[in-house]
Parts: sequence; structure tokens; C-alpha cells
Amino acid sequence: MSVDKTTVAKIARLARIHVPDERQQAIATELNGILSWVDELNEVNTDNVEPLANVTGHSLPMRDDFVTDGDRIDDVLANVPESAGGFFVVPKVVE
Amino acid sequence: MVDILDLGAVEARVALDAGEISAVELASAYIAAAEETSGLNNYVALTAEHALEMAAASDARIAKGEAGLLEGVPIGVKDLFCTAGYSSTACSNILAGFTPTYESTVTANLWREGGVMLGKLNCDEFAMGSANETSAYGPAINPWQAADGADLVPGGSSGGSASAVAARSALLATGTDTGGSIRQPAAFCGVVGLKPTYGRCSRWGIVAFASSLDQAGPFSRKVADNALMMQAMAGFDPKDSTSADVPLQELSAAVTLGVRGMKIGIPSEYVLDGMDPEVVTIWQQGQDWLRAAGAELVDISLPHTKYALPTYYIIAPAEASSNLARYDGVRYGKRVEAESLDEMYALTRAEGFGEEVQRRIMIGTYVLSAGYYDAYYLKAQRVRRLIRNDFDTAFETVDAILTPATPSAAFPVGRKVDDPVTNFLNDVFTVPANLAGLPGMAVPAGMNGDGLPLGLQLLARPFDEATLYAAGQVLEDAAGFVANPTRRAGGVS
Amino acid sequence: MTSNLVRGATGDWEVVIGLEVHAQVSSNAKLFSGASATFGADPNQNVSLVDAAMPGMLPVINHECVRQAVRTGLGLRADINLVSVFDRKNYFYADLPQGYQISQFKQPIVGEGKLRIDLPDGSSRNIGIERLHLEQDAGKSMHDQHPSKSYIDLNRTGVALMEIVSRPDMRSSIEAASYVRKLRSIMRYLGTCDGNMEEGSLRADVNVSVRRPGEALGTRTETKNLNSLRFIQQAIDFEVVRQIEILEDSGEIDQETRLFDTTTGTTRTMRSKEDAHDYRYFPDPDLLPLVISQDEVDELAAALPELPDQIKDRLTGDYGLSAYDAAVITEERETALFYEAASQQHDRKLVANWMTVELFGALNKSGQTLAECKVTPKRLGGLVGLISDGTISGKIAKDVFAVMFETGGDAANIVEEKGLKQVSDSGAIEALIDAVIAANEDKVAEYRAGKDKLFGFFVGQVMKKSGGQANPGIVNQILRTRLDGGG
Repeated sequence: MSVDKTTVAKIARLARIHVPDERQQAIATELNGILSWVDELNEVNTDNVEPLANVTGHSLPMRDDFVTDGDRIDDVLANVPESAGGFFVVPKVVE
Repeated sequence: MVDILDLGAVEARVALDAGEISAVELASAYIAAAEETSGLNNYVALTAEHALEMAAASDARIAKGEAGLLEGVPIGVKDLFCTAGYSSTACSNILAGFTPTYESTVTANLWREGGVMLGKLNCDEFAMGSANETSAYGPAINPWQAADGADLVPGGSSGGSASAVAARSALLATGTDTGGSIRQPAAFCGVVGLKPTYGRCSRWGIVAFASSLDQAGPFSRKVADNALMMQAMAGFDPKDSTSADVPLQELSAAVTLGVRGMKIGIPSEYVLDGMDPEVVTIWQQGQDWLRAAGAELVDISLPHTKYALPTYYIIAPAEASSNLARYDGVRYGKRVEAESLDEMYALTRAEGFGEEVQRRIMIGTYVLSAGYYDAYYLKAQRVRRLIRNDFDTAFETVDAILTPATPSAAFPVGRKVDDPVTNFLNDVFTVPANLAGLPGMAVPAGMNGDGLPLGLQLLARPFDEATLYAAGQVLEDAAGFVANPTRRAGGVS
Repeated sequence: MTSNLVRGATGDWEVVIGLEVHAQVSSNAKLFSGASATFGADPNQNVSLVDAAMPGMLPVINHECVRQAVRTGLGLRADINLVSVFDRKNYFYADLPQGYQISQFKQPIVGEGKLRIDLPDGSSRNIGIERLHLEQDAGKSMHDQHPSKSYIDLNRTGVALMEIVSRPDMRSSIEAASYVRKLRSIMRYLGTCDGNMEEGSLRADVNVSVRRPGEALGTRTETKNLNSLRFIQQAIDFEVVRQIEILEDSGEIDQETRLFDTTTGTTRTMRSKEDAHDYRYFPDPDLLPLVISQDEVDELAAALPELPDQIKDRLTGDYGLSAYDAAVITEERETALFYEAASQQHDRKLVANWMTVELFGALNKSGQTLAECKVTPKRLGGLVGLISDGTISGKIAKDVFAVMFETGGDAANIVEEKGLKQVSDSGAIEALIDAVIAANEDKVAEYRAGKDKLFGFFVGQVMKKSGGQANPGIVNQILRTRLDGGG
């Protein structure tokens, strides 16, 4: 598995990070370095090993169905770069 | 007269309650110290006025006999914690100007117990780094200086926290530890740092790096102070679904328990090729101290140790790539204006995130993407279980594990490294505890030939922080380490 | 069952439809935050810091939403998974503050089930349910407020949705609409989703493909976010025609997401392609596995109300109602309960008739709902009782009903007050008949000469003379003897 410029562009697009064309090759090289290093994991036999996503061993705690939050538009918009009439405002989205 | 800054937290509490010093006095001394050592760049915001107000309130409570556990104790806060009304940026440009209207559970716990907030401390951007060099505020500096006078890194990501506590510009400090970000800088700066069991401290209100690994923990100069702070900051939080509803042990009492009869594991896999011989020596010394104090040393094997780092460097970036998706310029933080929404996202995130953060987002995005998920992410989750199993097996026979905290002492600021993987190696001894969710403590154990501190790491079973404090105190007593960093002692311009 | 094949220019095509229905869970608060899940608040009013994805905010699940999903699963006769997992579905969008939607990908809370649909011709059949999972709703983007900006409201962000995925078992737009109608009905019976399609509480994504009968599945398109039964049918019908035209023209169908234009009834390609759907699902590390106990499932199962299919079976089986009437009556639980109460001591079929024709007609005309209207089940039953025991005729009953609908009064009282009681006294009726015969001797002669059709004329005259109150059965009977008997 080797990352090329096209893959870098694709990942950058998925991650919504602008990567200038001239940086793509350098990033590809870096990622390949890291990926070939983590390939070391292939030495480990993980047949019949359950993936471990969380170490707590507990199940999900649940809360009761009460309205305990909301109605705090000042907090919600406290740091907003642009808003109007209580809405967040972004460049127009075309569907 | 004794320098007020020499008092530990436990000692300061006694002095405060006895009326020998006031909280305002103590806070003022620390504010002055922080200003005096501003060249270390360990504070990104000093909230002096707020600290003095809090200290005055502490004095009032002490006078009324209503003192909390940390009443009047000045504490620095890693910039990863959201503090209501005070800029909280995770040392990233993308959160430039972000002032939360809410307080993290951990800091709220500290203030509830009377802690006095000194300010926000430098760290690696989004806690991604091991040298505090990825911070948007520039590197924090280690108060310990190289023999040649060069500036050294304090470690990271909680570099500002370790640096401030070591430099006596904070009596205590909060940190977070995702792969070693408390223990490694603690070792580099010669202070005590605890990464609690996953789930012990609430993650609510802390900027997330890798949710299944992140844990907040305390920094202090003394083990007993650390226990006091941990007692105040930990606890079950219904706002964090991964928070554990497991009663906290009597940690302050644990420091007096000693290690007699305790079985301490020494893992053979922690001997690395080309490891600094002085690190090996200090590790050996630590074993001798514990044996001398009545512990039984047991050789153990943690066979999957060498796979912990690559496992970590899949899981942590994967979670981070998703956790950091919310920084998009829409609701808070930096925004780069653009014609289209997608362009705004891409430019905002390209300018807002630093190089290391971008690198990790890219890796994380890649390992989760279609076609690679099983080969990387799922594989890493399986190895993660094997790593945890190693520890479970070990803890069937031992009560704690002793390892070096870091493979080397602190290195110079700006050290050029071509291969990012080389930087990752700083975390080789600390990462396994995060993957397994175990508590781990770094305790200063001595100095290398250059006069720089070296630390040892203790690991214990989940939710058994008490054993770490008991053993940590033994190491501290035996080492007789005196934190007297060069740049502090010599004064900083 | 009639054939569902569609005739194209080059032969028959089979339509294959699968549906993904997004149903808003009825709950007070959101799935992972304590903000209100209510519709219609001011912009960003029902938003917590968790919903706005502020740094360091964490999700905590609402137990009631879990219970609602289990109830719905039980109503769909589906497997309940005691352990399920929440995953993150990663993508960027203005109304998705976290940059990911918390959903269930690999291990949903509900597994396979089935839903019986009732078709207009009275037949029924089962449609497979593949799964039901819990997930967060997104916010709302408004694109028409400003020439170069979109406005974002996060009130819906984080509201709990159930995504219910069918098997591709439907073969016509009518079946698809019947599926959604039944699904909505079951959830409304259960109280797990209000089914309000106008407010967006229930939306469907339709997957449509066509193939030659017996051949492998064709390439499908997905048309998103249809919020009425009519739009669902329109979108499918349009897609079927469009796809057949393309295929018959030797073209290929693009596997794509399409948008439905409600004004033209057509579908079109989405302009913003979603990065080839690389959602990078992985288990949400902020959450732990969702574990529910069998005891809790059993408890919820025991408390389930009777569902439309069960009631419908009783209505067609025990009560002898037509499949159509039974389906109409059981679609809404209120109606079914009303019917059961109204018909308890009366002629079941007659009550069904009165409900579906008169009562529903009047409700339709007045724009009232069953709950709002003044006619109680007991009153309607009373009215039918008066017809059955011959107190009033069906015709009079309509007048009585009209009054009852206005005032909510009791049928017997209305009959009494207005003197509408049916005349069954044969002496009185004979007198009326005598008068009619006397006044129409010519017609009597014609009738007796063989013009049988005139019988109806005599009945009408007698009824008219009685002011509609004469018992039509007795009128018929006496008239028959009087005219035919030559007396």
C-alpha cells in the first residue's frame, strides 16, 4: 500500500484541508514513511482477536428523558464568526 | 525565612489553615514568579486579576473554616481545558479567540475545592506532540538547561504544565495524557505527573484529541501534592459517558503505605536497543530502592510492547481526524472567508491547523477510509486488545510495574528531525498504558551526567492509583531528588 | 394479485423498490443532549453546547429514545439486539456541526423484521425489514434567505431518528406508499413517532431500479428526503419511466443520489456529490456499547398496545368486515378504538359502514379530527342501535346523525325531540297505503296490468306521506299484499 499524490489529494479533500499541489508529494512521502512503519503490526497474529474499541468494560450509561439544556442562544453564538437573526451564516451551499 | 514558593501543596495548605500565609500572598508570589520566568513561555495567558480574586475568596473561606481540599492553592491549567470566560485554544490558531462560556468538569472540581487559577499553560497544538514545539504560541522551554546552555524542550504535550511546576511558577498544574503527554514532560522537567485510569477524570470540557485514550491528570513537585490534587479533580461525571462510577481511593493516605510485600513487575521488553545507558542505570536504581523498601521484584513479559507505538499511531490519529472535524470555521474560532462552503472549510483548516496536526488528520483520514479500515484501524484495535491482555496477565502476579518514563532526558529545542517517526519514539514507554487504560505515574528519580532529570514510570491495575502513590512516595523518598532547575536557580531574563 | 409489470416500448419491466425511512423518535429531549426535541422554536433555540459541537462537549444517550427504538422493533416483529454500537459517520456539511453523525452502522439496535402492507385491492403481503438503527438528525440549512449565504439552524441537530431500512421487496409505487402508510400507522399506535410528514417527522429515501422479469437487479438510484406519500409515489413513477427510457435507449443508469422537485414532480441529479460516500465509519470513542437487558425488552413487549394488523384480523375475521373497511378503520389507533367502543353492542358491519361513510364524510367536510368531533363512540353505537331495532330508518338516521354531529346529542333524544320515530304500526301504515291507492287508481291499474316497475312509485308515495317515518319493510310487505292480492 503506497500513498501517491492522487491519494493525498483525495485524503485532503475528505479531511477538508487545502494542500497545495507542490506539497502533495512531500506529504505522500511522509505518510508512506509512517504507514510502512505501522505495517509492522502485520507481524502480529490477530486471528480470533476481538477489536478493543474502549477499555472501560462498562456499558453505555443512559440519562432520563428530561429537557435540561438548550434555550441558551447567547452561549451558542458567543464565538460565532458570522450570524444573522440567530442563524449561523456560511457561504451559500448549492445542493 | 523560607521562600513561599518552596512550599509544597500539602505544606501550603497547612500554612494557609494555620494563618502563616494568606492565599493572596501565595497567589501573588506565583504570579510574580510566572512574570519573572515569562521567557520560558510556559503560560499562554496569565489570569492574574482572576487569581487574586479567587485567592481573596479562599482567604475568606479559610477564615470561616470552610476550606476545600485545595483551598488557596495556585494552579495552572493546560490550554486544552475549557475555562469559562478565559480564552481556551488548545494552542491552535484554529481556536484563536475562542472563549468558552463553560468550565470543564475537572477544572470546576478544582475550583470547587478552593483551587486558585493562575492562567492557561502552553501545550502542543491539540496535544499532538512530545516536545511542546507544535504550539501556535511557540515552544515552551524547560527550566532545566543543557550543559552548553542550550534551551531544552519540556516534553509534551503538557510541556507548559511541567515547565511551570518545575520552574515554581505554578504550585500544581493540570495536564492531559493521550500517549504520555503528562508522564513524559514530567520526566523531562523533574516533576511528578499522573495519568489516571481511563474514566477516572471526566473528559467533559477538555478539547478532545483521541477520545478513547485521553485522560486528564495532575502535575506537582511532590508525590503527596499530586495525590491531594488528584483527590480533588477526579470523580464520576454523568456528562461523560466513558466516566467510571468507581469510588476513588483515599489517595492522600496511600502515600504513607509503602511497598512492603508489594510485587513489582520488571518487563523485559522495556530494554531497548541503543537506549541511553543512564536511563538503564536509573531504572536499576529504582528497582533497588523498591526492593530495599520491602517490595518483591518479579521479571515479567509484556510481549506486545513493541507494537504499542504503531498501534497508537493508527488509533490516535483516526479518532483525532474525526474529533477535529468540528473545527470548520462555522460556529467558533478562525474562519478564512471564501466563495464556497467547501473552500471555506479547506482554507480555514489549512491555515488554522499546524503541520503536525494536519499530518495526523491526514493519517487518521487515510486509515479510516474505504479499503484501509480493516487493514489499519481494525488491525490496530485487535493488537490493542493483545496489549491490554499482556497487562491483565501481568497483573495476575504483580501489583505494579516499574519502567523508565522516557528513553532519554530532555533534548534541545528545535532539534531537527526528518522522520516524524523519530519523534514518536519519545512515547515508547508511556503509550502502552493509554492503550490499556491503566494508571501510570512518572516520578523524578535522579539526574543524568549532564545534570538533567530522569524519571521512572509506575503502572498499576485499573482504578488502583493508590498503589502508584504508595510506590511513588517510596521512590521519591529514596531518590531525594531536589528540583532546582538551572534556569530557575540562575534567574531568567 | 395483479401484475405489477410496467410495459415499455421493448417489453415488460419489473420495478424493484427499497425504502429507507427516517422517523423522528417521540421524546422530550434529543438523543445525546438535554435540549428539547420540539419542532418550531426560534432559530438555534433548542440547541445545547453538545448540539453545537463546542470543544470538549460529549454525548450522553437518552434512555427513552432507546426504549422507543425497541418498541418500534417489536412492532415490526424484528430481532432486538441486546448489544448494539454507535458509530461515527464522517462527512462535512454546514448543518452537521460535529463533522460526523452519530449513527449505528455495523451493529444496529434492531435487526430483521417484517411489515404487512395492505393494498387497495384488499390484499396484503409482507415486506422485509432489514434493520432499524438510532441516529442523530442534522440541522437545517436555508438557502433562500440571502443571495450568497446559507443560514444554519441547529434546532433539529441531534434529535433522535430511527432509520428503518426495508428489503427491496416492493414492486410498485402503490406498494411503497402502502409500506410507508403502514409503518407510520404502527409507529403512531406505538407512540414512537408522531408520523407528521409535513413537519418532517417522517421522511423516506427511495431506492428504485428496473429489470427484465427474472433477471438480476438493475442499477438503482436513491431519491432523498421525500416527505409525503404523494411525493413518494410521484418520485418512483418518474424514476421508473426515466430509467426504462434510458435502458430502452441502450443507455446506462448512474448509481446516484437524486433530488425530488415537488413543484414539477420530477427528480434530478444532486449537484454536490458526496465524495463517493467515504464516510469512514468507526465506533464512536465517546460512547460505549449500548446494552439492554432481555428483561427490559420483555417489559416493553408486554406493555405494547394491540397493533393494526391484529385488530384488522379481528375485524375481517370475527366481525366479517371487508378488508378495505378494516384497513381504513385500523390505520389510526384512535379510529380503531372508537370503532371497537362504538360497535361493542351493535351490528359490527353496520357501525363500520356508518363510520367509514357518514362519520368520516362529515369529518372530511368539516375539517375536524375524530378527537375534536362531538360524536362519541357510544352515541354512534346508539344511532346504529336505533336502526337495527327498527326505531328509525336508515334515511331518518342520516338526519339524526347530522344533528348529532352538530350537537353531540344522543340519537334517541334527537329522535324523540324531533318526532322522527319510525312508524311500524301496521294499522297506521295501512291507512296511508289506502290513501295512496285511492289517489292513484290509474297507476294501480297499470301496475296490475303488468307494469311492475310502478311498485317503487307506490313505496315512495307512502314514505313521502309518512314524512319518511314509515318502516319501509312493513310498507313493502303490506303494499305487496294490497296490490298483488287484488284487495
